[in-house]
Amino acid sequence: MADPILKVSNLCTYFHTKAGVVKSVDDVSFEVAPGEILGVVGESGSGKSVTGFSIMGLVDPPGRVDGGSIVFDGRDLVGLDDGQMRRLRGKRIAMIFQDPMMTLNPVLRIDTQMIEALTAHITISNEEARQRCRDALGMVGIPSPDERLKSYPHQFSGGMRQRVAIAIALLHNPELIIADEPTTALDVTIQAQILYEIQRLVSEHNTAMLWITHDLSVIAGLAQRVAVMYAGKVVETGTVAEVIDRPLHPYTNGLIGSVPSRNRRGEPLAQIPGMTPSPLNLPQGCAFRTRCPKADEACAVQPGITAPLPNRFIRCFHPVEAQEVIGEAVSA
Amino acid sequence: MTVFIIRRTLQAVIVLLVMSAIVFLGVFAIGDPVAILISPDATQADIDAAIRNLGLDKPIWEQYLVFLGNALQGNLGDSFVYNEPAIRLILQRMPATLELAVVAVLLSIFVGIPLGMWAGLRPSGVAGKSIMVGSIFGFSLPNFWQGIMLILLFAVILGWLPAFGRGDTAEFLGIRSSLWTLDGWAHIILPAINLALFNTSLVIRLTRASVREVIGLDYVKFARAKGLSRRRVVGVHVMKNIMIPLVTVIGLELASLIAFAVVTETVFAWPGMGKLIIDSIFVLDRPVIVAYMMIIVLMFIAINLIVDILYSVFDPRVRLSDMKR
Ligand SMILES: Nc1ncnc2c1ncn2[C@@H]1O[C@H](COP(=O)(O)OP(=O)(O)OP(=O)(O)O)[C@@H](O)[C@H]1O
Ligand code: SF4
Ligand SMILES: [Mg+2]
Repeated sequence: MADPILKVSNLCTYFHTKAGVVKSVDDVSFEVAPGEILGVVGESGSGKSVTGFSIMGLVDPPGRVDGGSIVFDGRDLVGLDDGQMRRLRGKRIAMIFQDPMMTLNPVLRIDTQMIEALTAHITISNEEARQRCRDALGMVGIPSPDERLKSYPHQFSGGMRQRVAIAIALLHNPELIIADEPTTALDVTIQAQILYEIQRLVSEHNTAMLWITHDLSVIAGLAQRVAVMYAGKVVETGTVAEVIDRPLHPYTNGLIGSVPSRNRRGEPLAQIPGMTPSPLNLPQGCAFRTRCPKADEACAVQPGITAPLPNRFIRCFHPVEAQEVIGEAVSA
Repeated sequence: MTVFIIRRTLQAVIVLLVMSAIVFLGVFAIGDPVAILISPDATQADIDAAIRNLGLDKPIWEQYLVFLGNALQGNLGDSFVYNEPAIRLILQRMPATLELAVVAVLLSIFVGIPLGMWAGLRPSGVAGKSIMVGSIFGFSLPNFWQGIMLILLFAVILGWLPAFGRGDTAEFLGIRSSLWTLDGWAHIILPAINLALFNTSLVIRLTRASVREVIGLDYVKFARAKGLSRRRVVGVHVMKNIMIPLVTVIGLELASLIAFAVVTETVFAWPGMGKLIIDSIFVLDRPVIVAYMMIIVLMFIAINLIVDILYSVFDPRVRLSDMKR
């Protein structure tokens, strides 16, 4: 595979709140290559969005990047000044947000919001800018783009708004797109259409992509590799096929068991017991300790990264054995 | 749009009717103007003549109907005191009050919004905190006291500006105003500041709160994610959204400044409507009081209408035809 365009190493993003330090992203490392889609999964509050915002340089006080590096195309983004970061944002690294109803400014027309994204980075005539906006809208499947450009966001449905946001993200053909659960708020058919179109665009333009979601089944058909996050840490990485087929981390195993599967039709879905721990009050050692079926005294120490199988990395002292796999064990 | 305006006009007529009846009855209930107007040593015959002249011998409902009939022809009655049409008395003094209120509102906009934005964008900075503390003073210190302090400092101690009265007027574009002369500005600056202080504080606090709210929303973050400059994000994306609550408050402010400039006009001896209405209330000069109230109500209605129209300019989700009120 090509050299990674993005290499995140030991990233720490903490929120220094009055109540204490929230370690939203803690010692996170991963990389993405051009043309590759890396899925980032994890339940709500595991630090997925904060990871994305850290790369964009959009973490606001009381949060800040407290350690690690984010190397994009050979340059560390941590410590870049505002101006340098601004020139990258939207141009070479784009982000699509979680909630399509909230991403577009309600009081500005679509054309204003698209053209400003162009003129922020390049000098371009108004006519040319409009043409590019029309093309971008057409590309994401918005009919009669000419008319749509003159509309306001409230005249669009959620799916349409997300398409507009995607079109804006694609305007400059960025080398890296961070997609933060872009389809979660949409209904299933629209989700499928958008997934299909994004996949096509990524492979056409050889874009690297970070696909953030809490839904493992979306990743399964979309990404090549996956990073599983729990309480601010990446607990397992590997190729999607391998991780789903043979999860090594107890949390991943639980996650897969909670996804409906054809092989286990009629059986109750397995659930991960317990609740996500409060980010202010994580258990000592492995943060999954309070919910993990395999936890023992050893887990009171933070597990380091190990590779129990070739190219499979986890943070766990007691990897899941083959016979313990919930997902596929039944059919095997 | 047409339906909207017709409905608004009908509402205005009803409000005016109710209002005039209330004021009419209210003044009637408070006391007898004749007792105040006539000199104590007048004969009974003089008093009776005065009562008949002023139309006060008829029952109150008949007086009201006569008033309504005249009002429909644009005549709101003559002042008991000046023997001049009440409307003319008020209109003579209106420009002075209007120019004072307009300067005060402009002050609160052009001082309040920038300061509020500064405090909203840098909430933990020293400047931001000082602005908020300052606004509490503007809020809570009594208006007349602020006025006296302004006079003391700038007129008495420093001697920079005149202490009271309205400056020379001049005519420009068919409008006679003291704003067209330097002397006029020297006179208006202190009372305008005095009148603006409370509202400026209000605008500062509202602007700050709106900025804090909007700045954390996804669409502002998305605007930044597009690589827009800070100037564009704040000046367009944030600004256009905070204007929506601000327009309402500033509109109502203008109306209330016109209606309640009384204290400032008294402290600075400003020859406006506020002074006239206070004097008229003391002598129960009913035609002037009623006419004044009706003009103020009309002004509130007009400003509300303008605010609603501005609303639809700033917020595309609002269309006048959908407005229920
Ligand atoms: N402004 C903030 N102040 C304090 N803590 C924050 C702030 N923003 C995020 N966090 C914390 O960071 C943690 C991770 O949040 P993040 O939004 O990245 O979760 P997520 O994985 O994207 O979840 P979701 O699936 O709900 O979007 C949360 O525990 C949250 O409490
Ligand atoms: S380290 Fe221990 S507690 Fe943590 S996931 Fe592994 S077995 Fe469970
Ligand atoms: Mg999120």
